[in-house]
Amino acid sequence: MASAAAAASSAPTIWLTGQGLGGRSTRLPFHWRNKKMEQRKTGGRISAKFDLKPPPYPLNALEPHMSKDTLEFHWGKHHRAYVDNLNKQIVGTELGDGKSLEDVVIASYNKGDLLPAFNNAAQAWNHDFFWESMKPGGGGKPSGELLGLIERDFGSFEKFLEEFKAAAATQFGSGWAWLVYKANNRADVANAVNPLPSEKDKSLLVVKTPNAVNPLVWDYSPLLTIDVWEHAYYLDFQNRRPDYISVFMDKLVSWESVSKRLESAKAPAT
Amino acid sequence: MALRSLAIRKAIGLGKSVGLGLRGLQTVTLPDLPYDYSALEPAISGEIMQLHHQKHHQAYVTNYNKAVEQLFQALNKVDTSTVVQLQGAIKFNGGGHVNHSIFWKNLAPVHEGGGEPPHSSLGWAIDTHFGSLEALIQKMSAEGAALQGSGWVWLGLDTEFKRLVVETTANQDPLVTKAPTLVPLLGIDVWEHAYYLQYKNVKPDYLKNIWNVMNWKYASDVYQKECP
Repeated sequence: MASAAAAASSAPTIWLTGQGLGGRSTRLPFHWRNKKMEQRKTGGRISAKFDLKPPPYPLNALEPHMSKDTLEFHWGKHHRAYVDNLNKQIVGTELGDGKSLEDVVIASYNKGDLLPAFNNAAQAWNHDFFWESMKPGGGGKPSGELLGLIERDFGSFEKFLEEFKAAAATQFGSGWAWLVYKANNRADVANAVNPLPSEKDKSLLVVKTPNAVNPLVWDYSPLLTIDVWEHAYYLDFQNRRPDYISVFMDKLVSWESVSKRLESAKAPAT
Repeated sequence: MALRSLAIRKAIGLGKSVGLGLRGLQTVTLPDLPYDYSALEPAISGEIMQLHHQKHHQAYVTNYNKAVEQLFQALNKVDTSTVVQLQGAIKFNGGGHVNHSIFWKNLAPVHEGGGEPPHSSLGWAIDTHFGSLEALIQKMSAEGAALQGSGWVWLGLDTEFKRLVVETTANQDPLVTKAPTLVPLLGIDVWEHAYYLQYKNVKPDYLKNIWNVMNWKYASDVYQKECP
């Protein structure tokens, strides 16, 4: 892992190669909290324990759009349980040997034959990503390059909004809706590799996933997510998921986070 | 043989829609609860029962009827792509209607026998297959707690082998999707909407308390019909 040493510097766009499966490399942007990198930086023993990161704002900061109660339960109980249970599950196993959370997610996804730790690992990752997808005073429209790409790939911001909201509303049962950047070298078939990746293979997409699944497992770069498990909205909206989705887009989404993630996802040319 | 009957049907002008157009489309309706919304308290709050019945189950009914209407039209037009594409909505919403219709019947207020253990043949079958009622309850509660995402935990009867089983299904899949010979005796909804307002993230407490309002009489009746 030669890149880990380089990662200790402050260069913003270092690509880290995950251990992955069978030599497959996972390209991850620097700012996505590579746990292994952090551990090496401190020079200490690799303890392989994941922490529950707090949201980047106080628990009442999203009111009245998302209540403090919701944050207290959703982050304080649900997210915390995923992290605690993951730590218990991976201790003493290959998954707990200092891998990053992203690597644990990919490894436990196991090409679709889920290992027991997948649910907790993916949900731990998903919720970190979710809190960072929102901010107090959020909503509005994106700008700059992100808006340009949205208009290019969806026709207009309104059409993107429609598609994203529809995905979130029609994910049956528990799950997530995502805006992703598809820049992978893979053809649109599970394990095939695209031998001639070109600019037109890169685009923004809206996808939805069930339960704990996230687009990392398809080698997409997630840019934005909304949690549509009922626990995410039931206290504030009860059965009214479409209202929750509208409020999320109108008042909560942090387009700054999305733009930063797009930058990272695009940074190294393939 | 098939070609011949098709030719006959075309000849008498009935074409492809014979059988569907003549009978008309039946829709499903939201069944009434056999008790008040607050009648299952303190195990399940009246607030949850009302939302669960009037909003969630009603939505399954409404969306199932919509999907079936669209299916009907697609079948008449022989629009096979649309027929296939509608299967998801039919399974989700139809399953939701089937499952919840059973659920309301397998709960009962305490003063109407909710929580009273099963006797006669079902009681005996439970002891035989699981060792004791407590063992069955523990198994179902554990499977319900371990279920990730949304779904149901069932006590079912395998009508082929006359054997009791505990099964889980995902989302709104009815028990019959696990095996066509399975008949549901009891189902516990472990979608978060079934308990969240009252129990929040503590699903195990919901799974402990729901047994206080379990309608074993309904389960016994279904069992005795299949195993006379």
